[in-house]
Amino acid sequence: MALKKDFVKFDKVDKSYDGKVLVVKDLQLDIEEGEFVTMLGPSGSGKTTCLMMLAGFETPTNGEIYLDGKAISSIPPHKRGIGMVFQNYALFPHMTVYENLAFPLRVRKIPKDEADKKIDKALSMVSLQGFASRMPGQLSGGQQQRVAVARSLVFDPQLVLMDEPLGALDKNLRESMQYEIKHIHENIGVTVVYVTHDQSEALTMSNRIAVFNDGKVQQLSSPDELYEKPVNSFVAEFIGENNTFVGEVSDISGGKCKVKIANTDILANPISVKGKGEKTKISLRPERALINPSDKMDNIHSGKIEEVIYHGDHTRVRINLLGNNQFILKVPNSSANLDIKLGKDIKIGWNSEDARALDPS
Amino acid sequence: MSSETKQILTTDGIPLEVSLKKAERKNKIKAFLLVAPLLLFLIITYVFPIGDMLFRSVDDKMVTQMLPKTFKAMENWDGQELPDEEVFAAFHEDFIKLVENKREGKLSTQLNYTKNGFKSIIKKLRRKSKSFEEGNYKEQIMSVHKRWADVEYWRAIQRRAPEFTGQKYLKGMDMYVNEEGKIVSVEEDRRIHRVLWLRTLEIAFFVTVFCFLMAYPIAHLLATLPMKYSNLLMICVLLPFWTSLLVRTASWMILLQQQGIVNDFFVGIGLVADDNRPEMMYNKTGSYVAMTQILLPFMVLPLYSVMKTISPSLMRAGKSLGGTPFVAFWKVYFPLTIPGIGAGCLLVFILAIGYYITPALVGGASGTLISNQIAFHMKSTLDWSFASAMGLMLLSGVLVIYWLYNKIVGIDNIKLG
Repeated sequence: MALKKDFVKFDKVDKSYDGKVLVVKDLQLDIEEGEFVTMLGPSGSGKTTCLMMLAGFETPTNGEIYLDGKAISSIPPHKRGIGMVFQNYALFPHMTVYENLAFPLRVRKIPKDEADKKIDKALSMVSLQGFASRMPGQLSGGQQQRVAVARSLVFDPQLVLMDEPLGALDKNLRESMQYEIKHIHENIGVTVVYVTHDQSEALTMSNRIAVFNDGKVQQLSSPDELYEKPVNSFVAEFIGENNTFVGEVSDISGGKCKVKIANTDILANPISVKGKGEKTKISLRPERALINPSDKMDNIHSGKIEEVIYHGDHTRVRINLLGNNQFILKVPNSSANLDIKLGKDIKIGWNSEDARALDPS
Repeated sequence: MSSETKQILTTDGIPLEVSLKKAERKNKIKAFLLVAPLLLFLIITYVFPIGDMLFRSVDDKMVTQMLPKTFKAMENWDGQELPDEEVFAAFHEDFIKLVENKREGKLSTQLNYTKNGFKSIIKKLRRKSKSFEEGNYKEQIMSVHKRWADVEYWRAIQRRAPEFTGQKYLKGMDMYVNEEGKIVSVEEDRRIHRVLWLRTLEIAFFVTVFCFLMAYPIAHLLATLPMKYSNLLMICVLLPFWTSLLVRTASWMILLQQQGIVNDFFVGIGLVADDNRPEMMYNKTGSYVAMTQILLPFMVLPLYSVMKTISPSLMRAGKSLGGTPFVAFWKVYFPLTIPGIGAGCLLVFILAIGYYITPALVGGASGTLISNQIAFHMKSTLDWSFASAMGLMLLSGVLVIYWLYNKIVGIDNIKLG
């Protein structure tokens, strides 16, 4: 059976709450069956609204959402058969873990022995066997989270939505839960739409990430592509750390462009610039710039070290380079021979294809 | 496990418990001083009056003290036939003393509570006793009125001998101790209190039900509306709270009377004929309507405070898991509001069961409650011991309801805010 390319399809979806402002603008998004897609964006970017429209708690103002080929705008939430994990777990506090998991099975009139098997399976999937008779209040945050995940999966939905499910957990637990959810997804092959504002979470877990800003999908691509090849400066700045230079294109030729910054020309990779005189913002990942560059690199400049911060596995070095005193370098700690001292002038180099000339905004 | 039994010492060698007590003492004293005014207030305004009420309801010393010699002489009387001369002589002696102190009127009132007919014969005895000769008081007293020769009346006097009595409680249940000392009900047409008790329970119950039915949607709306609307609605709910109870009851009188606004409206839309306007006041309907409106906030507020804490995502979760809106409501939302329902119902029921002003004003004859009867005995008949007895019966009824609630729902489940 071939996996459907457009298992979930947002078709020209607009959403407005007050008739004045669009929170989601002309959303066009296809999600493949079995895929783990994350909607990532700052708060107020429209990502949760999209999820709520998919779940059926909000109606699109315009356009249509298709699930497995069927338009679902007129289907009420309880008939969509979509599992959902909520921000604060939304476990029913007056029911035991068992009853929480039995709820979706009971409303589907699944016989008790079959339901018990499903519940056992779901609980073992999140390694919570033996917790069936506990009340949610007696569980830790991480355990509650796992119950919520188990509950969203216990009735074998085609699609599971997760709305910032790890937001309330502490850092260590969050990371281990990320892997756990990822593994569950890999094991059972359910389609997951995940909403978060935490980019590292999105990068760790997803097959594809849709970066939302201002009601629009800025970029939809795999985590590595998103990180390595951001298509605009919002994505570049939102995902990972980023060094930027603002300047004006002085020449474009042979897949490279010259950008004039502080009276110096630097070479960059023209992504969204077309011609001379355009304003642009150059984005360069900190780990792509090197100290003591080899001669092969086509950009070599020197700057002054302003700050050195020790980070254990690496050292962050802040440099004043070409008028940008926020230029960050990540220096691995294995290269102990490097002579990094405050106030010293050093040479820094990078390849022009790593410096992406994007839109100036 | 010697370490468990060994006393743990602080670094300075003082036993840990002693040290802890010392450290906590200041806080304890502070805490006590903070609650002391309230404690004192409660003792003065609550414990003491209720104790006094309890005492008053069973106290029957008055007659005992008025006829000390009579009751002493009666100790040897078997109560079968008329007492002998000794009792009559003692009674005469006590009676003369009472007449000297002008207290024979009180005696007649008291004895009349026990048996009707004492008032007139004591009046007569006072007149005649002035010309009594010494000796043979039995003959002389019996000749005053034929009832003085009736053994029933002497038994009635004897029944007042004990210093304490439970008969006020029996009277509150329309029962009394008859001549043979058995507890029996009064004749059917005189059983006013039982009707009142039942009616009180009935009205309190239905007022609670009506309040619940009306308050639940309001509270839900309050808890789910955006802040700016819910604040406005909250003011609407609380506005009656800030208006005098009397004013509110009076406005219901304006609305509900036969020529009132509601009736005018019914006639206007042709629901009832002009010459056949329904009576909505001075009967149970009046009590129901006015009490429901007045007690509504007491139901809304606890419900609201509980609903406010229920995350809207729970209902969404219920729906996303496949429950219809009704199933999600019934299985998820409703069970979570039970603490609020319990608190609201208990509050409204207990307030309604002792409601006084509103039924007195709009209840008429068929809409008055037991509290109106208590007030009647406090103000009109001045039978305070009976009023106290009924007050205590009401109080114990409330305690029983509270106990039942605790048994069934659990009092720690209650939530007032």
